[in-house]
Formats: sequence, structure tokens, C-alpha cells
Amino acid sequence: MFKTIRGPILGLLAAFAATGASQAVAQAPVTPAVQTPAISATPGDTKAAAAAKPADIVHAVPTPGVGEPTAQIALQPQETAVGRQAARMHDYVLVPAMAAISILVMVLLLWVIVRYRESVHPVPSKTHHNTTIEVIWTLAPVMILVAIAVPSIKLIAHQYNNPKADLTVKVIGNQWYWTYQYPDNGDIEIVSNMLKEKNEVTGKERARTDADGPRLLAVDERMVVPVGKVVKIITTSNDVIHSFALPAAWVKMDAVPGRLNETWFKIDRPGVYFGQCSELCGARHAFMPIAVEAVSPEQFAQWIAFKGGTMPGAKTAAAPDATSPASPAIAGTPAGSSPVPADAAVSGPAATPTTTSQPAVAQN
Amino acid sequence: MTDIAAHPSQFQADEGHHEHHHDADHKPSFFLRWFMSTNHKDIGTLYLIFSICAGIIGGAISGLMRMELAEPGIQYLGIWYQFLHGPGTIDQAYHLWNVLITAHGLIMIFFVIMPAMMGGFGNWFIPIMIGAPDMAFPRMNNISFWLLVPAFTLMIGSMFVSGGTADGAGNGWTLYPPLSTSGSPGPSVDMVILAMHIAGASSILGAIDFITTILNMRAPGMTIHKMPLFAWSVLVTAFMLLLALPVLAAAITMLLTDRNFGTAFFDPSGGGDPILYQHLFWFFGHPEVYIMILPGFGMISHVVSTFSRKPVFGYLGMAYAMVAIGVVGFVVWAHHMFTTGLSVNTKMYFTAATMVIAVPTGIKIFSWIATMWQGSITFKTPMLWAIGFIFMFTIGGVTGVLLANGGVDTYFQDNYYVVAHFHYVLSLGAVFSLFAGFYYWFPKMSGKMYNELLGKIHFWVFFIGVNVLFFPMHFLGMQGMPRRYPDYPDGFAHWNRIATDGYMIMALGMAVFFVNLIWSLAAGKKAAANPWGEGATTLEWTLPSPPPYHQFEQLPRID
Repeated sequence: MFKTIRGPILGLLAAFAATGASQAVAQAPVTPAVQTPAISATPGDTKAAAAAKPADIVHAVPTPGVGEPTAQIALQPQETAVGRQAARMHDYVLVPAMAAISILVMVLLLWVIVRYRESVHPVPSKTHHNTTIEVIWTLAPVMILVAIAVPSIKLIAHQYNNPKADLTVKVIGNQWYWTYQYPDNGDIEIVSNMLKEKNEVTGKERARTDADGPRLLAVDERMVVPVGKVVKIITTSNDVIHSFALPAAWVKMDAVPGRLNETWFKIDRPGVYFGQCSELCGARHAFMPIAVEAVSPEQFAQWIAFKGGTMPGAKTAAAPDATSPASPAIAGTPAGSSPVPADAAVSGPAATPTTTSQPAVAQN
Repeated sequence: MTDIAAHPSQFQADEGHHEHHHDADHKPSFFLRWFMSTNHKDIGTLYLIFSICAGIIGGAISGLMRMELAEPGIQYLGIWYQFLHGPGTIDQAYHLWNVLITAHGLIMIFFVIMPAMMGGFGNWFIPIMIGAPDMAFPRMNNISFWLLVPAFTLMIGSMFVSGGTADGAGNGWTLYPPLSTSGSPGPSVDMVILAMHIAGASSILGAIDFITTILNMRAPGMTIHKMPLFAWSVLVTAFMLLLALPVLAAAITMLLTDRNFGTAFFDPSGGGDPILYQHLFWFFGHPEVYIMILPGFGMISHVVSTFSRKPVFGYLGMAYAMVAIGVVGFVVWAHHMFTTGLSVNTKMYFTAATMVIAVPTGIKIFSWIATMWQGSITFKTPMLWAIGFIFMFTIGGVTGVLLANGGVDTYFQDNYYVVAHFHYVLSLGAVFSLFAGFYYWFPKMSGKMYNELLGKIHFWVFFIGVNVLFFPMHFLGMQGMPRRYPDYPDGFAHWNRIATDGYMIMALGMAVFFVNLIWSLAAGKKAAANPWGEGATTLEWTLPSPPPYHQFEQLPRID
């Protein structure tokens, strides 16, 4: 029942997939990272990693057609149980119902056009009502709607039936980038900016490569989550309303200043899944994508360690606090890949990455 | 059955002939007639001219948008920005995009569809259809039109004063705070708010006028259950305007004071909540979409009945279906807010309530088809538009049922599926009904026949164009393309290209329309009092074309 049709999967990803699917805990945590030196998504980190810090994981290369848009006439492949339930509802309940009703109306229209045109039917009848038929075409739609409403209400219940979270990620919208905080993991914070194209970068900014993802979707720092784990998402915003959307997980939740909105997902398959801000938030609304990378729990732990965080339960070893710990990656980020272009008048992310962790008002 | 359409012979058809002998056709001088008018037909004409002008601007803006969206990457925004405002940054060019989408939405809703439906056809034909000499409050009618002019001026002017990142209001037609408050310094958004205030006041005055006229000035014998369906639709719409617009006025007044006078209705740092605005806005905004389509329902009923030579099927069901849509339309607003963090029960309620609207809408669709059933149908241009309307509105309606499902809407909220849906009900629904009404009543209003061949070419080209334009947007939505984006990942390129091709086909159709309009006004054949034959049974067809300057000095009697 899981979707088995997949696009070409790179060897690297296939290896991850096998790991994730078998839920093998026994694997040595470092091995997958070391095996494949082919793609290093963050080349700039090597010198920092040479110190005692743990190494970054090898970030996955997105699979074409998975977690990103294509020209197909279909929903994006769904990677969560909620998403598959909703997609089934869409594919097998709603679309057939819509098609049936539209075709019925079209056939009736064609019938009256052909059968009751003036040349065929010169004398019109004088009928102007028929209670039976009127009752039928009132009650039939009611029944169809009830039939749709039952699975629809169930779907909403499923979406709101949050299982116990294995991990919480606080998603904060900013004009125009996302920050991801991991309160369960030493409160580390990831600042995620869109990667620009080669011909658009200035200075030491890193340009997008195909390994990062498609144009306008690739980001410098992805939100990394463990595969097969319930991830609780808390959204809020520092400025205007944004919306955190991840089509492959059937997730969309507005990030509203002054509010904390909650949703969740549990991604079943390792991979990189893209979304885009879905509430008009100003000039660069189209240029603050979302990239979620689902990795094996071992890799996740390694990534957390690399970012200076801790796994819950593990001893809070080294990193004293969360503001500077992810030094190589995050400290490098604002200077390097700040999206602020020539007109630096706007107080962009470059100015204050640390303050982004404090939304103006986070109650209510 | 009391449907007046069933008994055409009841009307005293000779009113118009008398009036030529009186001073009924005496017209005031040009300035008095067109700038200080109290005549419902002249005011209706002014509204239609206004609406066509605004439609050209709004349609041109959508052309700019489709042009930019034809290919991935930013091709034109920078050039346009430079043309309008001089050299600027890329952010300012992006802001121009947001200004375009905002202007397109506001212009099409407040300055094209509403003025054409209510102001244009409502003014022209409500008094005639109910057998009244004019509207109840002719001077209020006049101010209600002339308020639109400063409103539109403010709206257009707002595009050329500072709105934050660059000139113009870039908040979308919904004006959500905080983007429209702290996110948009400068006078531009204030001008848009004032424009909406003035346009809203205009609509409220118009609504009061219509309600009073319809309730008090029906000809002797025309009970409410004998009233033509267009009058029913305008009556329901007027009540909706009267109830919905003050809520919008309240919401945007709060925006104004948040912006300028230090209040914090929508500012969380002062204890306010941005979501409050969304509730208030959509409490207006959802009835608004029915306000835009209901008069169209009325017109379609007349056109279908006329060209099927058969009375409207299920008159009472049709009338009360519109009342039901009007009532239920007020209690479904939060389906526009499914991703704002509603509670589970709220979401379930709004899902169920929204789907209920499909029932009265279904009654209308089936009743139109039943009206044609066993009729004797001629396919004049208005009828083509009406049939096109029924089918296109059905498609827009069923995608609305899909979007009503709160759980499914998580995926589609704020993406191109929604854009496709509301353009199917508006650009292919409301606009089709406007064209149906325009061709239907053009001979009556102008006294000239339009060119049938050009009319049919207009229909077919426009029909193909809008479908090529909007149907692929469903596919973009299924792949997750968000709304209000000037640039998109390459995966969306294919269907965007096709949509832009569709726009060009549609624009070609509009060119045919304008040729037809000018040709018909200049050289159209003289129209008879009733060019449509026995199927056209409402009172306007008992008057000459065009009607005398003042009609019904003696009221017609309806038995």
C-alpha cells in the first residue's frame, strides 16, 4: 500500500533508505558519512571540523520528482501517513466525485442542446415545476456531501490527533528566511536561507549546486529531522505572517506573530523534501523556501552533535549554550550566505541571527 | 404557479407608446444629464462605462502578470519598475509584483464586477423589471456612482506613492496585518484603505436604494413571488452588501488606526491578534464572493428562459436557493483560514457548513438545465454565454467542494488550485454572466443590435482562452505552486507557459468584443422592442429599445 513508484534514486539515498526502512539501530553511526566523499554539501566546514568537533553528515541529494514539483498532473508523492490518507481521499473520493458531477452536467447540457434545439423541438413545453424531481436533486447532493463529509472529518481528526512527539522543532518565519530551533536538542538554532544561482552570488556567498536542490528551493541549511519519528512543529513569526508548507508531508501551518501554532509530521522515507512560504509576506515572499531532510536517527544524532546540540537523555557534555555552539556552520552563515543584496538598508538576517530566536511576543 | 415568466400576456404592453407623446423623453443638457444624473438608466450606463474602463486596466495588469510568469526567472519586473519609477533594486521590482496582484484583485472585485452587476445591470433593469418609474432614491443613486470615481482614483494613485519597500500597496487584496500595518510604511496602504471605505460606502448606499426600491415600488399586482429572478438576486445581494460591508469597514478602520494612531487591534505586542483581522475580513469576504455571483445567477435565469422559450423551471426553488446561499454564505467564512491554526472542532464545523452551500447551488444548476429541457432552444450569443456559464460554474463549484474539506485544504490553501477555483467561479462564472447579460440587454440599452457573428466568435475565443488559462492552474496547485509568486521553480514551468498562452487567446477574444461593441454602437441594426421573441417575458421587453427617458408614468398592472 505504500507508494512504490519512485523516481531514480541515487545510490547514496538508496543506502539511507535501506537503513531507515529496516530501522537498524546496530549500525555504526559514523559509517555512512565516511563512505561517500563524493558530495559534500558544506565544503566550507572542513577546516572547522578538523578540530575535536564531530563531522557534519553527508547531506542527501534530492531525488528528482520526490519532494519537489514536476510537470505531472498529480499530487506530489506523499511521505507521511496523514499525507497518504489525504491523497487517497483526493484521488479516490473527491476527484471521481468532481469528475462525475461535471460529466453529468456536461452530458445533460449536451443532451438538451442536441435534443431540444429549435430545429428539432420547435414547440416548447410549458412545464415550470415538478416537485418530485426538485426533491430528488436537493436530496441527492445532500447524500453525496454526507458521503464526502465522513472521510473528510476523519482526515481532520487524524491530522489533529498528535501522537507523542519524539522531537520538537520550532519554526520561525522572518522576512525572508526561516529559522529552526531544536528545543529538545540543546536549543540549537538553524538559519535557513535560499541559495542563489551562480550568476547572482556576490562575494563569498555559496552558489546553488544541483546537489542542493532545484532553483528557488535549495537552501544553505536544511531542517534535518529523523526519519520515522514524530516531529512536532511549532510555528511563529518575528515580523509578518508566513506559512510553513511542506507538500510532501501534507503540512501547511501559518507562522503568525504573537501566536504559536502546532502541527506534526512523521516522514517515512529518508530524503529531501521542499516547500515554499505560503502566505504573502512582502517583497521576497517567493524566495524563502523550506527544505526538510529526513535522515536516519543515527545521522540525526550526528548532525545534532555537529551543530553543537545534544540528544535528549545524553549527557549535556560540552556545548555550554546554544548561541555560539554551531560555530562552523551558523557563524559562517550570516556573513557568507546572507541574502541581503546590494541595498543592505534592510536589516536582514545578517545583522542579528541570535535575536531571531526571540519572537516579539510568543504567548497566546 | 405564479411565475410571471409563465404569463407574458399579462403585461400592459402599451406604456411605452404613450410616453413618446408626453415629455417622457425630454433629456437634460449634457452636463446635467451625465454628471448630476438622477435617472436610473443613465446612472446604469455610467456604471457600465466605468466598469469597462476599470476592466481594461485590471485585465491589462493580469496580462503583465501572465507575461512575467510565462517563464521561470524574472524577465520583466525590473524593466517595468524602471519604466514606472526609475532605477531600483531587485526587492523593489519584487514589490512591484505584489502591487500588481493587489491592484488586479481589488480592481476586478470592487471596480469591475460589483459596479457592473449591481450598479450597471441592477440600475438599468431593476426599476423596469418591477414596473417602477425609477429608483427610490435617485440622488443617492447618483452619489453612489460618483463615490466610485474618487475611490478608484485613490486606488490607482496608491500605486505611485510609497508603500514600504517601493511604491504601491503590496499586501494582496486581503490586506492582512501585520504586512499591511507595520510591514508597509508610507501612505500607499492608507490610500487603499480609504479607497475601499469609499467604494464600500458607495455599495452600502446602492444596497439601501435597491432594497427600498424592490420592497416598495413594485408595480400593482407584482407580489414578491411574481418578481423576476434578477430582482430576487439583486434583493438578496443588496441585503448581503448591507450586512457584510460594515464589517469590512470596521476591519479596515482598525487597520487605519493601527497604522496611524497607535492602536494595537492586530498587533500582538500590544495585546492584539492578526488573526482577528482575518476573521473580520472573511466575514465580509466570503459573502462578497456571493455578492459577485448572485446577480449573475439572476441574469442567467432570464437568458436561459428567454432562449429556451420556456418559463424558469422551479421559480420558487430558484429564488429561495439564492436566499439560502445568502444566509449560509455568512457562516462559512473561516474556510479561508484553514491553515491559520484553527481548533479541530472549528475546522470540522467550517468544513461541513461550507459543503452545505453546494446544495442550493446544485438546485440552481439543475433548474437551469430543467428550464432548457423540452424547450425550443436558439443559440444566440447570450445563450452561448449562459450555457458556458453553467458548465464552467459547475467546475468551479466542484473544486470548491474539494477545497471545503479542511483536511485536504491543508495542501491546497494559498496555492494555485485556489487561484484556479476562484477564477472558474469569477472569471468564468461572474464574467460569463456579465457577458450573457450584456449581449442580452445590449439591444435594449442601446437600441442597436450587436453583431451576432462577432458575438459568437468572442464567446468561442474567450471560452477556449480562459480554459487554457485557468485549467492548468489546477495542475500547478496539485504540485504545490504557491500563490502570489513572481518566480517559480522550473518544475512549474510547463503549465505556466500554457496558462500564458491561454491569456493571449482570451485577450484576442476581448479584442473581438471591443470591435463588436464599437461597430454595433456605430452601425448596428435598429433593435425592436423585443428582439428575442416570445421567450422574453419580463417588463423591459414591453418598452421600446432604448426605453424612453422616463418609463411607466402609468404603472403597469400585473394580474
